[in-house]
Amino acid sequence: MPLYLNEEQTMLRDTAKDFVAEHAPVSHLRALRDANDATGFSRDLWKQFAEMGLNGILIPEAQGGLGLGHVEAGVVLEEIGRNLSPSPFLTTAVAAVEALKGSAQADRWFPGIVAGETVAALAIDEGAKHRDAVALKAERSGNGFRLTGAKRFVTHGHVADLLIVAARTAGSPDDAEGVTLFAVPRDAAGLTASPERLADSSLAARMAFEGVEVDADAVIGEVDAGRDPLGRLLRAGRTGAAAELLGIGGGAMDMTVGYLKERKQFGVAIGSFQALQHRAAHLYSEMEVARAAVLKAQQLLDTGADAEMVDGAVSIAKAITGMATTLSVQEGIQMHGGIGMTDEYDIGFYMKRARVLAEMFGDVGFHADRLAKAAGY
Amino acid sequence: MSGLDTFRADTRVWLAENCPPEMREPVRSDADICWGGRHFAPSSPAQKDWLDRMAARGWTVPDWPKEYGGGGLSAAETKVLREEMAAIRARNPLNSFGISMLGPALLKYGTEEQKLEHLPKIARGEIRWCQGYSEPNAGSDLAGLAASAEDGGDHYIVNGQKVWTSYADKADWIFCLVRTSKASKQGGISFVLFDMESPGVSTKPILLISGYSPFCETFMDNVKVPKANRIHDENKGWDVAKYLLGHEREMISGMGLGGGGRNPLIEGAIATVGLDHDGRLADPVLRTQIALFEVRAKAFAAMSERFIDELKAGRAHPAQPSMMKYVGTELNKDRHELMMAAGGSDALEWESERSNTGAAPRAWLRTKANSIEGGTSEVQLNIIAKRILELPGA
Ligand SMILES: Cc1cc2nc3c(=O)[nH]c(=O)nc-3n(C[C@H](O)[C@H](O)[C@H](O)COP(=O)(O)OP(=O)(O)OC[C@H]3O[C@@H](n4cnc5c(N)ncnc54)[C@H](O)[C@@H]3O)c2cc1C
Repeated sequence: MPLYLNEEQTMLRDTAKDFVAEHAPVSHLRALRDANDATGFSRDLWKQFAEMGLNGILIPEAQGGLGLGHVEAGVVLEEIGRNLSPSPFLTTAVAAVEALKGSAQADRWFPGIVAGETVAALAIDEGAKHRDAVALKAERSGNGFRLTGAKRFVTHGHVADLLIVAARTAGSPDDAEGVTLFAVPRDAAGLTASPERLADSSLAARMAFEGVEVDADAVIGEVDAGRDPLGRLLRAGRTGAAAELLGIGGGAMDMTVGYLKERKQFGVAIGSFQALQHRAAHLYSEMEVARAAVLKAQQLLDTGADAEMVDGAVSIAKAITGMATTLSVQEGIQMHGGIGMTDEYDIGFYMKRARVLAEMFGDVGFHADRLAKAAGY
Repeated sequence: MSGLDTFRADTRVWLAENCPPEMREPVRSDADICWGGRHFAPSSPAQKDWLDRMAARGWTVPDWPKEYGGGGLSAAETKVLREEMAAIRARNPLNSFGISMLGPALLKYGTEEQKLEHLPKIARGEIRWCQGYSEPNAGSDLAGLAASAEDGGDHYIVNGQKVWTSYADKADWIFCLVRTSKASKQGGISFVLFDMESPGVSTKPILLISGYSPFCETFMDNVKVPKANRIHDENKGWDVAKYLLGHEREMISGMGLGGGGRNPLIEGAIATVGLDHDGRLADPVLRTQIALFEVRAKAFAAMSERFIDELKAGRAHPAQPSMMKYVGTELNKDRHELMMAAGGSDALEWESERSNTGAAPRAWLRTKANSIEGGTSEVQLNIIAKRILELPGA
């Protein structure tokens, strides 16, 4: 498969580009922020995504979706990133869908996701830094399980209809075995969410599970074998987050390069100064490196390549976009000068969103460490 | 089975039978690299066998047409061949400026006669080429070159000096930029080829900080160059020069990829600082630096693959080689800095057995030229800024 978008993918990109730019440009985020919106995103927009068929992008056609792959999902995520559109697309249509795929729970939740009625959130993190450890306990109780513990950094956790929860059914937190993945309806008794507004004005919840009872059929896949669906969720989530980061970095870069051509000082466009040209050219090169790495990971996911190879490519994509996008937003503010520091100008929004996504599903250090371990050092 | 699958299977069998085991080991020193040429002295019988067998199939230049000594392979087949070679870690059978630089320019701008004369010899490694571009006062500002070619009827009389001519003392022929008109800076340059044994050509080595001197000053004193050796029209040499530079940058950017397979950087670090009880490198800062470097290097490998795919589909931006060159060479310098850091005092040994494997100070020093030769990093950034980002001129 050549490492660029084919014709259908390019068409989808153009459609997504127009759609997101029209319905959810940065001003949409700004309006939600200014209104101190308690949901954090627009349910109407989520419906519109559904009408475009986008919510089912990764859902098989037999189950009402488009049956497309991670390249296509990434194309949409990049535009979401470029416009900083608040959307449950990454958690719901990408990560949760991949976790549910092929399980009995899919039939229950896919129709609502496809229709734009269901929002899913991921209860997988327990510390302030993403780790593979799972401590939240799930004990057998009646013909189901009782969940006790806490999760954090659960984006949309306070309004989601469905939570994908990683829990421990055996062993201790750092064990690979003994993890089970659950699909927990948000209204389950004993489950509380305390949402916090984050730097990028999105909302993420700390979730408390105080003896939450779920039926046995809430298990996704097999008991104690939750690393399988969790692995699918994480590979998709990390690759998706990388694509969204690519959009954020690209969006910030486009703004910056545009500004270099337009802003005049000393009687000339500041973009004619070589010091700035070189930094812009360096930034562009780093973003292109990141773009290739993201596409590589998406293609490998789609072709179902060897798991070790896919995992490596996914970590490279998440780490490199973390680095390149951080560079892009930092250079973006610097090259805008004073105006870059104002709330009125959009570039600051890019910096804030980039920081949040860089942290989600593991930061640069987490993924570099993973690669190092896999390589035996 | 598709045609490509059959090709892959056949190629695998052929390589297994024909690539000598010694040619599946990483290149350890400069002497291990096969450059061919009139005075080719193989470093081993295996090196010669490997070159001859590959050349006989046209696989030193797999995608060139068969009539010019190539393999006549499609882009997809070429990719398969490279993959299969990488899978057994086969060495490049022939390193050659003829292949990476002059060949593509001849294929595009040469006459049929010129192609038939030079390309097959390049493909078989019979003639070794060097590049006469830079002059003492024309480096980054290459078009400011002064070496003159006066009209002598059916030939030119060339006078002047070139500098930094890599391997000029070992090369058989040179591709050279000369001034045929003073009326215009870029529009007065011609692209000529001549034999380094022509009367009036002399070379003098330049010693580098690495202790090597494969670089030369080249002097031309009333050298007679037949006009038939001019590529493209008179005063149109700059077009050829730029086209060739694109290929040169592409080739140099490949350095960012490092060797395939085993990773000397990681192996070197494990050998010197060791692993702790968790199986991690015992120097956590070095470990972090290497891990972050690996992320960048692997992402760059993806960009290289993407670039080649785009190039083959005719959708690459013409200034893209500048980006590849910039990122690839800066990465290669970083790799060697890390190899030195990982190697510790072992890596400082100048002339030892050890210094020929893994981290060697000469190789480290040599990489510092990567971001200078073929156009400096600053020049590449200028090109990216102006041609890709379309930033305004000063
Ligand atoms: C190891 C090695 C091998 C080489 N092999 C060959 C060869 O085989 N054949 C050949 O013809 N040449 C060869 N070269 C020459 C090489 O192409 C030149 O060295 C290179 O183009 C730079 O020119 P210069 O050395 O004159 O530096 P200069 O042009 O004098 O540059 C000095 C510094 O100024 C910077 N600079 C110059 N102009 C600008 C600008 N407009 N904007 C910003 N910064 C600028 C440069 O980036 C550099 O940092 C080789 C060089 C080396 C070191």
